[in-house]
Amino acid sequence: MNTSSENTIRIYVMGSAYEVPRGLTIMSAMEHAGWRFTRGAGCRSGFCGACSTVYRQEGDYRLRFVLACQTEAEDGMYLVQLPFTPAPRVSYTLAELNPDENVLLQHYPEIARCVSCNTCTKACPQDIEVMDYIQAALRGDIAQTASLSFDCIQCGLCSMRCPADIKHYHMAQMARRIYGRYMSPVTAHLEERIAEIEKGVYEEEVEALVKMTRSELEEIYAARVVE
Amino acid sequence: MNNAAYFPGCSLKAEAGDYERSAAAVMEVLGQPLEELERWTCCGTVYSLTDDDLMHQLASVRNLIRAQECGADEIVTLCSMCFNTLKRSKVFIEQDSARLETVNAFMDEEQDYEGGVEVFHLLEILRDQVGFESIEGKVTRPLSGLRVAPYYGCTLLRPREIGIDEPDTPTILQDFIRALWATPVEFAFQAECCGTYQIVDSPEMVLEKSHRILNSAMRAGADVLVTSCPLCMHNLRLCYEELRSSLPEKRELSIIYLTQLAAIAFEVETGELPTSMAKLVEGLPTSMELVP
Repeated sequence: MNTSSENTIRIYVMGSAYEVPRGLTIMSAMEHAGWRFTRGAGCRSGFCGACSTVYRQEGDYRLRFVLACQTEAEDGMYLVQLPFTPAPRVSYTLAELNPDENVLLQHYPEIARCVSCNTCTKACPQDIEVMDYIQAALRGDIAQTASLSFDCIQCGLCSMRCPADIKHYHMAQMARRIYGRYMSPVTAHLEERIAEIEKGVYEEEVEALVKMTRSELEEIYAARVVE
Repeated sequence: MNNAAYFPGCSLKAEAGDYERSAAAVMEVLGQPLEELERWTCCGTVYSLTDDDLMHQLASVRNLIRAQECGADEIVTLCSMCFNTLKRSKVFIEQDSARLETVNAFMDEEQDYEGGVEVFHLLEILRDQVGFESIEGKVTRPLSGLRVAPYYGCTLLRPREIGIDEPDTPTILQDFIRALWATPVEFAFQAECCGTYQIVDSPEMVLEKSHRILNSAMRAGADVLVTSCPLCMHNLRLCYEELRSSLPEKRELSIIYLTQLAAIAFEVETGELPTSMAKLVEGLPTSMELVP
């Protein structure tokens, strides 16, 4: 049934229908309809992963997964928010880990339950190849796990959908941390800069900045050299 | 080799680097380098015996689709367990069009699997496509006098429909060993199960089974035992470490992958060998002495 008019669309939130203006994000459309987000909203810029949303389009059997702040509301959307994922997270001390090929499997043994159904990938609002990074983790490829999961915003939709109850995003975060701590190349200029900071080379400059007025700060900001 | 994609499997990447390195080097020498399948996933590990359990066929079928995507008409494995799972899954899914249809409908993000991708173990490629005579022709350091026990385990041979040789009287490994000028040493438990993944829950049972295999090979006079399976390797080496203290001095058994044996005969460097194996290699005639 086409419920839209020239300027409005009909969406369904928790089963109730609302007429909202066309062209809003799901989040703005819901707020326009009178809903107030006390959970499930954060940066409103697509980075924090707080506004996980599940919807079904009228006439389609599939569930779809998006971020409410990044997706335009469309006519005939049946919406539900998923503000929290009760996924357990393993605790570890990064500096004390043995970063060998079994470290991910040891901390998150449930990844071995993966049957390659790919449901996680279909649930990812970031279009990450989630199953592929689980598979990389299974064969001990930490660098590949870190690289494939790099755009993850920890929304948790993968883990809510997984029939094997894998906690993909926590495992992947661990992989990225291990990669950063043990495997990524050390950059010489960063080491030099840290040494300079520790020696106090920039203290005078920072103190001068702290004492400046707002207009002085604006002036030097406008005059800065952009590479 | 026909248009083949090499499927490594997780164990090869995580634990059996020596197997992969030696296989790659050997296939390079034989002029048929291994080309790794793109975006492969775990084979599924343990083949599901439940008739209507299609969910546990997805991993295997997805790999068959990956092969299809890159235009390969065969998948070649090194790990016996991957071979077993992939091949049984292929047979199961291709046997019944309703199964294939359901699996294809479920994996709607992939192209449909059309059937027909063949699954081979490397040994079959060596026997049927390369040929043992060609292998013999590439030997520069004949393994003369080396007594090698062919250990098949179970997943290469059983069930019969997918096995690479006769399950009770296999000869493929012996022929391979002969092609390298070594002496195959047949033993009673060469096609017995090592205990496989039961090592996790019942290590004693696995050690008992592996013990019987190693004892049988050593009593038959083997210096070396070759296997094609990373899991057998894990169990047998674990058992051997336990057994070692009770062995008389100088009585050793080197447990290596079959491709490591070929790499020695081809004189290609593929990394470290077990100390006992390195000692045996030192005792072999060098390639120079071969020249008639």
